Amino acid sequence: MIARLKSYLSPIVIPALSIFLALLVASVLIIASGLISAEGGKINLFLPLVAYRSLLAGSLGSFKGFANMIVAAAPLMLTGLAVGVGLKAGLFNIGGTGQVLMGGFTAAMVGARMADAPASIAIPAALLGGMLAGGLAGFIPGFLKAYTGAHEVVTTIMLNAMVQLTVSGLVNDVFRASGFSFARTAQVGNATLHGISGTTLHIGVIFAFVCIPLSHWLLARTTTGFEIRAVGANPTAALYAGMNPKLTMILTLAMCGAFAGLAGAIEVLRLGYYPAVFGTGIGFDGITVALLGRSEPIGIMLSALLLGAMRAGAPLMQIQARVPVEIIDVIQGVILIFLAAEIIVRRIFRLKSVDTGAGGLQTITRTYGEKVGG
Amino acid sequence: MDALLNIPVLGFILQFIIYLVHVITSGHIAPIILGLATPIALGALCGVMNERSGVVNIGIEGMMLFSAYVAFMTALYVHQAFPAEPSAFFGATPALVSGVIAAVAAGVLISLLHAWLSISVRADQIISGTIINITALGLTSYLNRLVKPFGSAGTFESFRPPDWLVNLPGVGWLLEMFTAVGPIAMSTIILVLIVQVLLFRSRWGLRTRAVGEHPKAVDTVGINVIRLRYQNVLLGGIFAGLAGAYLTLEATGSFQNNMTTGRGFIALAALIFGRWTPLGAFGGALLFMASQALGVAIRLAPPAGDLGTFLAGIQQAYPSIYNNFFTGLPYLLTIIVLAGVVGRSIPPAADGRPYEKESSN
Repeated sequence: MIARLKSYLSPIVIPALSIFLALLVASVLIIASGLISAEGGKINLFLPLVAYRSLLAGSLGSFKGFANMIVAAAPLMLTGLAVGVGLKAGLFNIGGTGQVLMGGFTAAMVGARMADAPASIAIPAALLGGMLAGGLAGFIPGFLKAYTGAHEVVTTIMLNAMVQLTVSGLVNDVFRASGFSFARTAQVGNATLHGISGTTLHIGVIFAFVCIPLSHWLLARTTTGFEIRAVGANPTAALYAGMNPKLTMILTLAMCGAFAGLAGAIEVLRLGYYPAVFGTGIGFDGITVALLGRSEPIGIMLSALLLGAMRAGAPLMQIQARVPVEIIDVIQGVILIFLAAEIIVRRIFRLKSVDTGAGGLQTITRTYGEKVGG
Repeated sequence: MDALLNIPVLGFILQFIIYLVHVITSGHIAPIILGLATPIALGALCGVMNERSGVVNIGIEGMMLFSAYVAFMTALYVHQAFPAEPSAFFGATPALVSGVIAAVAAGVLISLLHAWLSISVRADQIISGTIINITALGLTSYLNRLVKPFGSAGTFESFRPPDWLVNLPGVGWLLEMFTAVGPIAMSTIILVLIVQVLLFRSRWGLRTRAVGEHPKAVDTVGINVIRLRYQNVLLGGIFAGLAGAYLTLEATGSFQNNMTTGRGFIALAALIFGRWTPLGAFGGALLFMASQALGVAIRLAPPAGDLGTFLAGIQQAYPSIYNNFFTGLPYLLTIIVLAGVVGRSIPPAADGRPYEKESSN
């Protein structure tokens, strides 16, 4: 019984301790922030506690806060899957940002077209449009990787910038809705994901919660999932075993793009339109979510909920403790440093080295600058 | 000639090529290209130092961003403490010089993190680089919001070459390109040449290349692989630091969140394009950024004829798309170049593979 419990708990020991250590490190920064900021100027050792308490209060303290947390976590689950499923195939998709923007923009276009259609048709159509557009944005780096060897880490970053420039150009020059002081597209009308009973909670989050078990099933139980994992473990071996690593890579990145596109679509439909400057960090947050969740769908869901809680609670923290919301980005970075440098975490807590199942993570750098087998 | 230029499509392309040659060789555009290429070339030098010794560095972007912030803040504080008039030497002030030194130190410091994670801890090197990018973006945005810097320490000034030099027929534009720039851009060319020569003509260079190709062989003859890799990754941090200092202290005089906007990744592409040589990467950097300078060139000296009418028409109808097109060209070229040359451009054999002495297993 205890052995069984241990096997369930062991994969989360290192992530949990990394989070704990990162919060400690962030405490130092928060204390320093009290020192620097114009109002304070004093060292307040309890400021981190105040900050973390308001972070909790803003996310789990009320039903509205809880709704905010779920709403913030849902797109993070999808962008987390966009990175995590890719990692399973040995692909590092950091193009989440571009795929999110593609999905969001397309959803806004479809939504505006179907603004008067019944919501039960307009919403699925807009979400589907976003998924397809995101999938296309993922297909391009997949194709380039498979047939030219251009590494996806560089091509996806370049695509992020290009998508952002293209879409903002289109919104400014072609699809700008009249009657607003800033450049934005027309309202999506019935395709809007309205909040339910006075909270921000909307039905779009269901899609995120459905995608988690779906991708778990796909990766663990289907032939496609097996091929993804085989290509991730060793593309050359997969080729000799009669699989088609190129096709698998393209399909995987297209699927990753579709997840991110769906996330973008949900965010835009929640807003109701697409602004020319759509500043969203969910694409990049997906990297943290996937690494923290060890690329496992269940882990991704838990990490997304954690990060969603931080994102939902951050505004209250900024008001109550006067700590800038950007501290969340710092905490993310530090969590990742501790995750990568497991060795320090183990030394601090005197843990013995056990296999934590990080297997998939060790294979990304291997394919750097090389052509795919075959 | 006119008949040739009036052929429907071909004539249009000819007009464009003639305009390109004309604008680069006469329109004072060349120094702008070098300026845009400077952070890319310095970033690529950082990449050369890392990857030639077998360490993949995706974190150049974050190193640049963090150094840019440190450079700006250091210069600002020193400027407030010791205000000084710009000197005759590139308009240098104690503030600017200390900003550059601080940036270099910051670059080396982050490189130490990367070296430790990828050489000692043997973490995945691409993940390590990504962590550096995420942390640098978060930390600089956080501090920038917290401190809300007010004012600026100014920037280095460009050298003004004498008119006769710039007006020399044939090579004047080339001389202008390399002299009518600030100190960091000017020293970039020298640094590129130094690293190129050292890498291929010195004992250190031979050892570095060997460590990147076959660390075990290097170890067998008694050279400390781990120490050489540490040393080179840290030295690479100097270049990333200089690139950051260039952005805040030579190009703009201010700091914005995420102001590197992918330059570290364009530098990686320039590195691959240049087949992991400093000179080749420098060429790649010039090529990529020349495309962005084209937008400036067309604004300063609009082309005549059909081409001019065509461009003016597009700019009139789609101003945003027009501007974004030139901003985005380097990104597009990067993808095209990567797709075209990878596979024919072969990385150092041990690139990205952590080294582990067999006895330690």
